[in-house]
Amino acid sequence: MSTRIVEVRAKVLKQNDLLAHALRERFEASGVSVISLVSSPGSGKTAFLEKLLGTLAANFRVAALVGDLATENDAARLKRATPNVRQITTGTICHLDAQMIERALEGWQLDALDFLFIENVGNLVCPSSYDLGEELRFVLLSATEGEDKPLKYPTIFNSSDVAIITKMDMAGPAEFDLAAARRNIESVRPGMQIFEVSAKTGSGMQDVFQFLRDKLAHSHKTRLALQYETTQ
Amino acid sequence: MHELSIVLSIIDEIDEQSEARDLHDIEVVHLKIGVFSGVDRDALLFAWELACEGTRLEDSRLDIETVPLVIHCAICHEDRPPPSLYQLCCPECNTPSETIVTGRELEVVSLEVAA
Repeated sequence: MSTRIVEVRAKVLKQNDLLAHALRERFEASGVSVISLVSSPGSGKTAFLEKLLGTLAANFRVAALVGDLATENDAARLKRATPNVRQITTGTICHLDAQMIERALEGWQLDALDFLFIENVGNLVCPSSYDLGEELRFVLLSATEGEDKPLKYPTIFNSSDVAIITKMDMAGPAEFDLAAARRNIESVRPGMQIFEVSAKTGSGMQDVFQFLRDKLAHSHKTRLALQYETTQ
Repeated sequence: MHELSIVLSIIDEIDEQSEARDLHDIEVVHLKIGVFSGVDRDALLFAWELACEGTRLEDSRLDIETVPLVIHCAICHEDRPPPSLYQLCCPECNTPSETIVTGRELEVVSLEVAA
Protein backbone atom coordinates (compact mmCIF):
# COMPACT_ATOMS: atom_id res chain seq x y z
CA MET A 1 0.00 0.00 0.00
CA SER A 2 1.30 3.45 -0.85
CA THR A 3 1.63 6.24 1.63
CA ARG A 4 1.50 9.99 1.46
CA ILE A 5 3.30 12.49 3.57
CA VAL A 6 1.38 15.23 5.34
CA GLU A 7 3.43 18.22 6.47
CA VAL A 8 2.71 19.26 10.04
CA ARG A 9 5.56 21.40 11.36
CA ALA A 10 4.15 21.87 14.83
CA LYS A 11 6.01 22.44 18.06
CA VAL A 12 5.41 19.58 20.44
CA LEU A 13 4.97 21.79 23.49
CA LYS A 14 2.80 24.25 21.61
CA GLN A 15 0.07 24.28 24.28
CA ASN A 16 2.58 24.88 27.05
CA ASP A 17 4.37 27.58 25.06
CA LEU A 18 1.13 29.40 24.22
CA LEU A 19 0.08 29.34 27.84
CA ALA A 20 3.54 30.48 28.98
CA HIS A 21 3.39 33.33 26.48
CA ALA A 22 -0.02 34.40 27.81
CA LEU A 23 1.30 34.22 31.39
CA ARG A 24 4.32 36.33 30.48
CA GLU A 25 2.04 38.99 29.01
CA ARG A 26 -0.11 38.91 32.13
CA PHE A 27 2.95 39.27 34.39
CA GLU A 28 4.26 42.18 32.35
CA ALA A 29 0.91 43.94 32.31
CA SER A 30 0.62 43.49 36.10
CA GLY A 31 4.12 44.82 36.68
CA VAL A 32 5.27 41.73 38.60
CA SER A 33 8.78 40.36 38.06
CA VAL A 34 8.66 36.58 37.91
CA ILE A 35 11.77 34.54 38.65
CA SER A 36 11.95 30.77 38.62
CA LEU A 37 14.52 28.68 40.47
CA VAL A 38 15.82 25.37 39.15
CA SER A 39 18.42 23.03 40.64
CA SER A 40 19.02 19.48 41.75
CA PRO A 41 17.29 18.33 44.96
CA GLY A 42 19.03 19.53 48.10
CA SER A 43 21.04 22.32 46.53
CA GLY A 44 19.45 24.90 48.79
CA LYS A 45 16.62 26.41 46.73
CA THR A 46 14.28 26.76 49.67
CA ALA A 47 16.90 28.18 52.04
CA PHE A 48 17.94 30.69 49.35
CA LEU A 49 14.31 31.63 48.70
CA GLU A 50 13.58 31.92 52.42
CA LYS A 51 16.38 34.46 52.70
CA LEU A 52 15.29 36.34 49.57
CA LEU A 53 11.65 36.57 50.63
CA GLY A 54 12.53 37.49 54.20
CA THR A 55 14.63 40.45 53.13
CA LEU A 56 12.67 41.62 50.10
CA ALA A 57 9.38 41.52 52.05
CA ALA A 58 10.54 44.59 54.01
CA ASN A 59 10.39 46.80 50.91
CA PHE A 60 8.48 44.86 48.29
CA ARG A 61 5.33 42.81 47.86
CA VAL A 62 6.52 39.26 47.33
CA ALA A 63 4.97 35.86 46.70
CA ALA A 64 6.12 32.34 45.92
CA LEU A 65 4.91 29.16 44.28
CA VAL A 66 6.75 26.03 45.38
CA GLY A 67 6.77 22.81 43.39
CA ASP A 68 7.43 19.38 44.90
CA LEU A 69 6.21 15.87 44.19
CA ALA A 70 4.72 15.67 47.68
CA THR A 71 4.39 17.46 51.06
CA GLU A 72 3.67 21.07 51.91
CA ASN A 73 6.89 21.38 53.91
CA ASP A 74 8.54 24.02 51.77
CA ALA A 75 5.46 26.24 51.66
CA ALA A 76 5.20 26.04 55.45
CA ARG A 77 8.84 27.13 55.74
CA LEU A 78 8.43 30.04 53.34
CA LYS A 79 5.22 31.25 54.97
CA ARG A 80 7.32 32.54 57.83
CA ALA A 81 8.58 35.18 55.40
CA THR A 82 5.33 35.99 53.59
CA PRO A 83 1.76 34.71 53.70
CA ASN A 84 1.64 34.70 49.88
CA VAL A 85 2.97 31.19 49.36
CA ARG A 86 1.32 28.32 47.58
CA GLN A 87 2.59 24.79 47.24
CA ILE A 88 2.11 22.94 43.96
CA THR A 89 2.26 19.20 44.55
CA THR A 90 2.87 17.47 41.25
CA GLY A 91 2.31 13.87 42.36
CA THR A 92 4.59 11.91 40.09
CA ILE A 93 5.49 14.68 37.66
CA CYS A 94 9.13 15.71 37.61
CA HIS A 95 8.69 19.35 36.57
CA LEU A 96 6.29 22.30 36.65
CA ASP A 97 4.48 23.34 33.49
CA ALA A 98 2.67 26.52 32.49
CA GLN A 99 -0.75 25.07 33.25
CA MET A 100 0.21 24.26 36.84
CA ILE A 101 1.38 27.86 37.27
CA GLU A 102 -1.83 29.27 35.80
CA ARG A 103 -3.94 27.13 38.13
CA ALA A 104 -1.88 27.95 41.19
CA LEU A 105 -2.30 31.68 40.53
CA GLU A 106 -6.10 31.53 40.63
CA GLY A 107 -7.51 34.23 42.85
CA TRP A 108 -4.22 36.08 43.30
CA GLN A 109 -4.03 39.80 42.54
CA LEU A 110 -0.91 39.88 40.39
CA ASP A 111 -0.85 43.65 40.20
CA ALA A 112 -0.54 43.75 43.98
CA LEU A 113 2.85 42.03 43.71
CA ASP A 114 6.37 43.18 42.85
CA PHE A 115 8.12 39.79 42.83
CA LEU A 116 6.82 36.29 42.30
CA PHE A 117 9.26 33.42 42.74
CA ILE A 118 8.59 29.98 41.35
CA GLU A 119 10.58 27.16 42.92
CA ASN A 120 10.62 24.28 40.43
CA VAL A 121 10.81 20.61 41.37
CA GLY A 122 14.41 19.63 42.21
CA ASN A 123 15.58 18.22 38.88
CA LEU A 124 18.27 19.28 36.43
CA VAL A 125 16.77 17.60 33.36
CA CYS A 126 13.02 17.92 32.80
CA PRO A 127 12.34 21.54 33.87
CA SER A 128 14.54 22.79 31.03
CA SER A 129 11.87 21.83 28.45
CA TYR A 130 9.04 23.88 29.99
CA ASP A 131 8.62 27.62 29.69
CA LEU A 132 6.69 28.91 32.71
CA GLY A 133 6.32 32.48 31.49
CA GLU A 134 9.04 33.62 33.87
CA GLU A 135 11.13 36.70 33.20
CA LEU A 136 14.34 35.14 34.53
CA ARG A 137 15.42 31.62 35.35
CA PHE A 138 17.95 31.18 38.15
CA VAL A 139 19.90 27.91 38.22
CA LEU A 140 21.39 26.98 41.58
CA LEU A 141 24.56 24.96 42.03
CA SER A 142 25.69 24.13 45.55
CA ALA A 143 29.34 24.03 46.57
CA THR A 144 28.79 20.49 47.87
CA GLU A 145 27.66 19.12 44.49
CA GLY A 146 30.97 19.40 42.69
CA GLU A 147 32.13 21.86 40.09
CA ASP A 148 31.38 19.70 37.04
CA LYS A 149 27.56 19.76 37.35
CA PRO A 150 27.23 22.41 34.59
CA LEU A 151 29.14 20.14 32.19
CA LYS A 152 26.97 17.14 33.06
CA TYR A 153 23.69 19.06 32.69
CA PRO A 154 24.45 21.68 30.05
CA THR A 155 20.84 22.02 28.86
CA ILE A 156 19.42 23.39 32.10
CA PHE A 157 22.40 25.67 32.68
CA ASN A 158 22.15 26.97 29.15
CA SER A 159 18.41 27.61 29.39
CA SER A 160 18.88 29.67 32.59
CA ASP A 161 19.73 33.35 32.81
CA VAL A 162 21.59 33.60 36.11
CA ALA A 163 23.67 31.09 38.08
CA ILE A 164 23.70 31.11 41.88
CA ILE A 165 26.45 29.13 43.59
CA THR A 166 24.97 28.24 46.99
CA LYS A 167 26.33 26.85 50.28
CA MET A 168 29.55 28.82 49.88
CA ASP A 169 30.12 28.34 53.63
CA MET A 170 30.70 24.65 52.77
CA ALA A 171 33.14 25.36 49.92
CA GLY A 172 36.23 24.85 52.09
CA PRO A 173 35.24 21.54 53.75
CA ALA A 174 33.90 20.21 50.42
CA GLU A 175 37.14 21.23 48.64
CA PHE A 176 35.01 23.00 46.07
CA ASP A 177 37.03 24.48 43.21
CA LEU A 178 35.23 27.79 42.69
CA ALA A 179 37.34 28.92 39.74
CA ALA A 180 36.64 25.64 37.91
CA ALA A 181 32.91 25.92 38.66
CA ARG A 182 32.83 29.46 37.24
CA ARG A 183 34.76 28.32 34.17
CA ASN A 184 32.34 25.43 33.60
CA ILE A 185 29.28 27.67 33.90
CA GLU A 186 30.86 30.13 31.48
CA SER A 187 31.58 27.24 29.12
CA VAL A 188 27.94 26.07 28.88
CA ARG A 189 26.41 29.54 28.98
CA PRO A 190 28.87 32.22 27.86
CA GLY A 191 28.31 35.57 29.54
CA MET A 192 26.09 34.20 32.30
CA GLN A 193 25.87 36.30 35.44
CA ILE A 194 27.10 34.33 38.48
CA PHE A 195 26.52 34.99 42.18
CA GLU A 196 28.21 33.21 45.09
CA VAL A 197 26.08 33.02 48.21
CA SER A 198 25.53 31.34 51.52
CA ALA A 199 21.93 31.53 52.68
CA LYS A 200 23.15 30.34 56.07
CA THR A 201 25.66 33.11 56.77
CA GLY A 202 24.06 35.62 54.41
CA SER A 203 27.30 36.15 52.49
CA GLY A 204 26.79 37.31 48.90
CA MET A 205 23.03 37.72 49.35
CA GLN A 206 23.36 41.50 49.22
CA ASP A 207 24.54 41.27 45.61
CA VAL A 208 21.48 39.24 44.67
CA PHE A 209 19.14 41.72 46.39
CA GLN A 210 20.82 44.55 44.53
CA PHE A 211 20.54 42.70 41.24
CA LEU A 212 16.82 42.10 41.80
CA ARG A 213 16.18 45.69 42.81
CA ASP A 214 18.02 46.96 39.72
CA LYS A 215 16.14 44.48 37.60
CA LEU A 216 12.82 45.66 38.91
CA ALA A 217 13.75 49.31 38.61
CA HIS A 218 14.77 48.62 35.03
CA SER A 219 11.67 46.59 34.12
CA HIS A 220 9.09 48.89 35.58
CA LYS A 221 10.84 52.20 35.70
CA THR A 222 8.14 54.61 36.70
CA ARG A 223 6.28 53.07 39.62
CA LEU A 224 8.88 50.86 41.23
CA ALA A 225 12.05 52.83 40.65
CA LEU A 226 10.34 55.61 42.56
CA GLN A 227 9.26 53.24 45.29
CA TYR A 228 12.78 51.88 45.59
CA GLU A 229 14.26 55.35 45.86
CA THR A 230 11.83 56.35 48.57
CA THR A 231 12.51 53.27 50.69
CA GLN A 232 16.30 53.72 50.69
CA MET B 1 11.65 11.29 32.98
CA HIS B 2 9.29 13.77 31.31
CA GLU B 3 9.24 11.96 27.97
CA LEU B 4 5.81 10.50 28.70
CA SER B 5 4.37 14.02 29.07
CA ILE B 6 6.12 14.95 25.82
CA VAL B 7 4.61 11.90 24.05
CA LEU B 8 1.14 12.83 25.31
CA SER B 9 1.63 16.31 23.82
CA ILE B 10 2.68 14.71 20.50
CA ILE B 11 -0.45 12.54 20.52
CA ASP B 12 -2.61 15.61 21.22
CA GLU B 13 -1.03 17.38 18.26
CA ILE B 14 -1.60 14.36 16.00
CA ASP B 15 -5.23 14.09 17.11
CA GLU B 16 -5.76 17.75 16.32
CA GLN B 17 -4.12 17.42 12.90
CA SER B 18 -5.92 14.20 11.98
CA GLU B 19 -9.26 15.70 12.85
CA ALA B 20 -8.61 18.92 10.99
CA ARG B 21 -7.35 17.16 7.87
CA ASP B 22 -9.39 13.99 8.10
CA LEU B 23 -6.39 11.67 8.29
CA HIS B 24 -6.63 7.95 9.00
CA ASP B 25 -4.13 5.11 9.27
CA ILE B 26 -1.10 7.04 10.41
CA GLU B 27 1.90 4.84 9.75
CA VAL B 28 4.87 7.00 10.64
CA VAL B 29 5.22 10.12 12.76
CA HIS B 30 8.31 12.15 11.85
CA LEU B 31 9.80 14.10 14.69
CA LYS B 32 12.69 16.52 14.96
CA ILE B 33 14.53 16.62 18.25
CA GLY B 34 17.43 18.90 19.00
CA VAL B 35 20.21 17.48 21.16
CA PHE B 36 19.74 20.54 23.38
CA SER B 37 15.97 20.14 23.82
CA GLY B 38 16.30 18.24 27.09
CA VAL B 39 14.48 15.23 25.64
CA ASP B 40 16.02 11.78 25.48
CA ARG B 41 15.50 9.82 22.27
CA ASP B 42 15.38 6.33 23.78
CA ALA B 43 13.11 7.37 26.63
CA LEU B 44 10.81 8.97 24.05
CA LEU B 45 10.64 5.79 21.94
CA PHE B 46 9.90 3.78 25.07
CA ALA B 47 7.17 6.18 26.17
CA TRP B 48 5.69 6.15 22.65
CA GLU B 49 5.19 2.37 22.74
CA LEU B 50 3.62 2.66 26.15
CA ALA B 51 1.27 5.53 25.35
CA CYS B 52 0.08 4.18 22.00
CA GLU B 53 -0.74 0.70 23.21
CA GLY B 54 -4.41 -0.04 22.57
CA THR B 55 -4.97 3.19 20.62
CA ARG B 56 -5.31 3.80 16.89
CA LEU B 57 -1.62 4.75 16.86
CA GLU B 58 -0.59 1.32 18.16
CA ASP B 59 0.89 0.21 14.84
CA SER B 60 2.47 3.53 14.01
CA ARG B 61 6.18 4.16 14.19
CA LEU B 62 8.04 7.15 15.57
CA ASP B 63 10.85 8.34 13.33
CA ILE B 64 13.20 10.72 15.08
CA GLU B 65 15.61 13.03 13.33
CA THR B 66 18.22 14.28 15.75
CA VAL B 67 19.22 17.89 15.15
CA PRO B 68 22.80 18.78 16.15
CA LEU B 69 23.77 21.79 18.21
CA VAL B 70 24.94 24.66 16.02
CA ILE B 71 26.04 28.04 17.31
CA HIS B 72 26.73 31.30 15.53
CA CYS B 73 30.22 32.71 15.76
CA ALA B 74 30.14 36.50 15.71
CA ILE B 75 33.84 36.67 14.86
CA CYS B 76 33.91 34.20 11.95
CA HIS B 77 30.35 35.11 10.86
CA GLU B 78 29.69 31.38 10.53
CA ASP B 79 27.24 28.85 11.99
CA ARG B 80 29.19 25.92 13.39
CA PRO B 81 28.77 22.95 15.77
CA PRO B 82 30.60 23.65 19.05
CA PRO B 83 33.29 21.18 20.22
CA SER B 84 30.78 19.60 22.64
CA LEU B 85 27.42 20.23 24.32
CA TYR B 86 29.26 21.79 27.23
CA GLN B 87 31.67 24.00 25.33
CA LEU B 88 29.61 26.66 23.62
CA CYS B 89 32.38 28.22 21.60
CA CYS B 90 33.51 28.37 18.00
CA PRO B 91 35.52 25.24 17.05
CA GLU B 92 37.76 27.39 14.83
CA CYS B 93 38.54 30.51 16.84
CA ASN B 94 37.37 29.44 20.35
CA THR B 95 35.19 32.53 20.80
CA PRO B 96 32.34 31.79 23.24
CA SER B 97 28.87 32.11 21.73
CA GLU B 98 25.47 32.38 23.35
CA THR B 99 23.65 32.32 20.02
CA ILE B 100 22.14 28.92 19.39
CA VAL B 101 21.10 28.37 15.77
CA THR B 102 19.82 24.79 16.00
CA GLY B 103 19.63 22.15 18.71
CA ARG B 104 16.55 23.18 20.70
CA GLU B 105 13.95 21.76 18.26
CA LEU B 106 11.04 19.68 19.48
CA GLU B 107 8.68 19.40 16.52
CA VAL B 108 6.30 17.10 14.75
CA VAL B 109 7.52 17.52 11.17
CA SER B 110 5.15 15.33 9.18
CA LEU B 111 2.89 12.29 9.20
CA GLU B 112 2.96 9.37 6.79
CA VAL B 113 -0.54 8.15 6.14
CA ALA B 114 -1.95 5.34 4.02
CA ALA B 115 -2.94 6.84 0.68
